[in-house]
Formats: sequence, structure tokens, C-alpha cells
Amino acid sequence: MSEIAEKVKAIIIDKLGVEASEVTPEASFTNDLGADSLDTVELIMEFEKEFNVSIPDDQAENIGTVGQAISYLEEHAK
Amino acid sequence: MAFRRVVVTGLGAITPLGSTVPAYWEGLHQGVSGAAPITRFDASKFKTRFACEVKNYNPDDYFDRKEGRKMDLFTQFAVIASDEAIKDAGLLEGVNKDRVGVIWGSGIGGLKTFQEECFNFAKGDGTPRYNPFFIPKMIADSSSGNISIKNGFRGPNFVTTSACASSSDAIVAAYNYIRLGMADVVVTGGSEAAITEAGVGGFNALKAMSERNDDALSASRPYDKDRDGFVLGEGAGALILEAYEHAQARGAKIYAEIIGGGLSSDAYHITAPDPTGEGVVLVMQNALRDAGIQPEEVDYINTHGTSTPLGDGAEVKAIQKVFGEHAYKLNISSTKSMTGHLLGGAGGIEAVASILAIQHGIVPPTINHFTDDPELDPKLNFTFNEAQKREVRVAMSNTFGFGGHNTSVVFRKFQE
Repeated sequence: MSEIAEKVKAIIIDKLGVEASEVTPEASFTNDLGADSLDTVELIMEFEKEFNVSIPDDQAENIGTVGQAISYLEEHAK
Repeated sequence: MAFRRVVVTGLGAITPLGSTVPAYWEGLHQGVSGAAPITRFDASKFKTRFACEVKNYNPDDYFDRKEGRKMDLFTQFAVIASDEAIKDAGLLEGVNKDRVGVIWGSGIGGLKTFQEECFNFAKGDGTPRYNPFFIPKMIADSSSGNISIKNGFRGPNFVTTSACASSSDAIVAAYNYIRLGMADVVVTGGSEAAITEAGVGGFNALKAMSERNDDALSASRPYDKDRDGFVLGEGAGALILEAYEHAQARGAKIYAEIIGGGLSSDAYHITAPDPTGEGVVLVMQNALRDAGIQPEEVDYINTHGTSTPLGDGAEVKAIQKVFGEHAYKLNISSTKSMTGHLLGGAGGIEAVASILAIQHGIVPPTINHFTDDPELDPKLNFTFNEAQKREVRVAMSNTFGFGGHNTSVVFRKFQE
């Protein structure tokens, strides 16, 4: 697993209080990991801070699963 | 229209003396001081470096991490104390939750949350990165909101804010909603968690807090000649108020009856108490009238008594004016000598103390008394230093807040 993927997983485990085993690439923040709309906003903000990127709202809407977050950040992280 | 009788059927507390009602009472009647050096932040540059913190507090003992992270400390305290009271009253089963409300008190709300978020913004380059939980954690009503969400209580729900009278106002509001028939049960009380840089620095700037850093344990000394200000406390006190017939029908245990609430305003100054004590006279008279009792029926007054030079004297003068000769037969005590001043949470834990005094027939003391204040009548019984045994049939709990808000609540030993 890439370093970015490791970090993304760690943030999700921390913010959503879930077990590492639940954080699979297909896992949806809201449907599988118990996030509500505010949790999702907070996750995006944490990704922005950790990876020093700015994720526009229209792109943030397309980040709904662990895998989508990892691919987005692998592409855009500085 | 006849008002319904309202009784107390559950109690909860998380305080600087103990984190449950029995632990709190143990500290109260043993006369323990809750003061100690501040651990919540580095206070080394502050004028006051001690406070009455809730000891050994770890949110993980009460909340899963995700849940706890979304609540400011004042809301965590609110949920912990109300959980104890709700369990004590047996409210989770067999009660129509549409008829259960939550009316909570907090003078400030999430001060720590506000401070941290503003600090983080100021540290940055001007790009706003406010956490989405900032506002819902900070707003004062997140306390009553979280209590209702956790327990499914769908009755009236709001927070009262009147500085240090906040939770007494919540209790009076809860009493009114139930006696008017707008709810059958209300979870009430209040909480505060202001031991932060902004809280301590702000109250220091007002010259309101004790600066007796070399003797923190005895710094809160209401009615002592050398009192030099209040000691900041934190925590929560919770009461379950319930319509008497509702409590009777479900066989609930009854601690006491709430029989009156009085409110008034000093209309004098935003922080200083009116030295004539006129607003305080008015609030006790209003409470006695609402309770439909004579001053001679009161046995115990749990005073506001914060240990400030001006405030303590004004309240005592007012007590003498309202109670006349009977003032000498009263037990008067300020439990803030032990707990410190919980600000908007004071009325909650002090209502609990007043009810426990009725239940146990013991008046908790005003500790830290060393030197009589020549300005105060020495024939008054301030219950100095040690608890006193006494049958308490009627107890009055006074709280007054910045802004000139005065509130007084009257509890009576329950009789059919």
C-alpha cells in the first residue's frame, strides 16, 4: 500500500472511530463507516491539511469511498 | 386553573468533589476543598493558577472516541450528569418520551472549542479552515440537544443563559413547563467548563477571581474577612423534575418537592452586585410568594456566596431584610467554598446539594473560615467549617449572575 493510502486510512480510523479492517477501498464513508454529512466535510478538510491540497467542493462530492479518496489524493497530493 | 405539583425524582452530578452524586455528597458533608493547581493548560503566566477541576477526568471513560470528540467539555459534563439522573429516576423504560423535555443551563457554552478554532484561524494564512463541528460543539444548546438525542426525549428543549444564574433559571423554567402541563418530566440542571486560557484570563481581568496561589485549598472562603474573589469550578448538576401524579403512577422514588421559583434583576451594573441588595431581597420575596410559604418555614439557604468582597455582604444583608429575626435560626452555607464557582452550572450542583441536605438532614458547611468579617452579623449561622445535623424541611438555593440576574429556587421535604 502506498504511503498516501496508509495516511488516508489512518485519518479515517481516527476521525470516524472505526476499525482498520473496516477501511476497505470499497467502503463508503456514509453507508459503511457511519459518517454523517459533517463527518464527511471534516474528512475532506483533514485530507486537505495532511496532503497540502485544496479540494474544490464539486470534486469533494465525488469522494465517497476510501478508494476514491486514495486515488484523488495520489493524483493531486503535492 | 390549578397548577400541578412537581417533584424531584432523580439526581446526577459530576463535580470537583466527586464524579457521582454519592461522591459529591461525601465531599460536601466532609467539608473537602476541590481546589488545586490548574492542569488543563499552562497557567504559569496567569494571575490565578488554580481552580476546582473535575479530578482525573478522561472522556474515554464515558464516551466512545468519535462521540466524545464532537462534544465540548461542558456538553460532556451535561451528558454524564444527566445520564446519572435519568438512570436514577428510571426514565428510560415505560415513559412517554414525547412528554419528556430537557431544559439545561449554561452561562457560556463551548468556550474551549471557540478558543481553539479562533486560535487555529489566527495561526494560519487567513484561509478559513473551521471544523464543521465548531458551531455545533460551541453553541450552548448543544448540551440540551445532545441529552435529548441520546435518550429520545422529544418534549420541550432549550438552554437558558443568565451567567451564574443560568441553571437555576433552567430549573425554574422546567418547573413552570411541568406545572403548566406542557411536559410531564424535564431533565434540568446545568453545566460549565470554562477553565481555559480565555476563561481564567477573562475573569482575572475583571478582578473577580481569587489570586491566593500560595494557598489554593483555602482560597474560596465566603464570609471570611480576607476573602479575595471566587475560585473557578467546572462540572454539572442534573435533576429530574416530574409531575407528582406522573411520578406516583409509575412508582418513582421522590427526593423532594420543588415548591417555588423567584426571579428578579438588579438593574444596576453589568458585573457589580447592587451593594444595597435590593434585587436579592426581591428575588427571595418572589420565591417565597411563589412557594406560598412564610419566611419562618425556611430552614436552610444555600447561598450564592461566591467569596467576593462585595457580593457576599449584599446577599447577607438581603437575607436579614427578608427573614428578619428568623435569619438567626437559619442555616446558611455557601458550598462554593468547596466546589468553587461553576458559573452557569452553579445552580445545578447547588440544587442537588440543597435536596441532599433535605434527604440526609445534614447541612453542608461553608469551609475555609478563619476570621470573622466585622461587616457581617456574627449571630448568623454560616455553618462554618463543619456540616451540621438539622432537619431541613425547606431549603432555598440562590444564584445571581453578571447582568444582574437573580434566581432563587425553593425545595421542600416531600409529604403526600
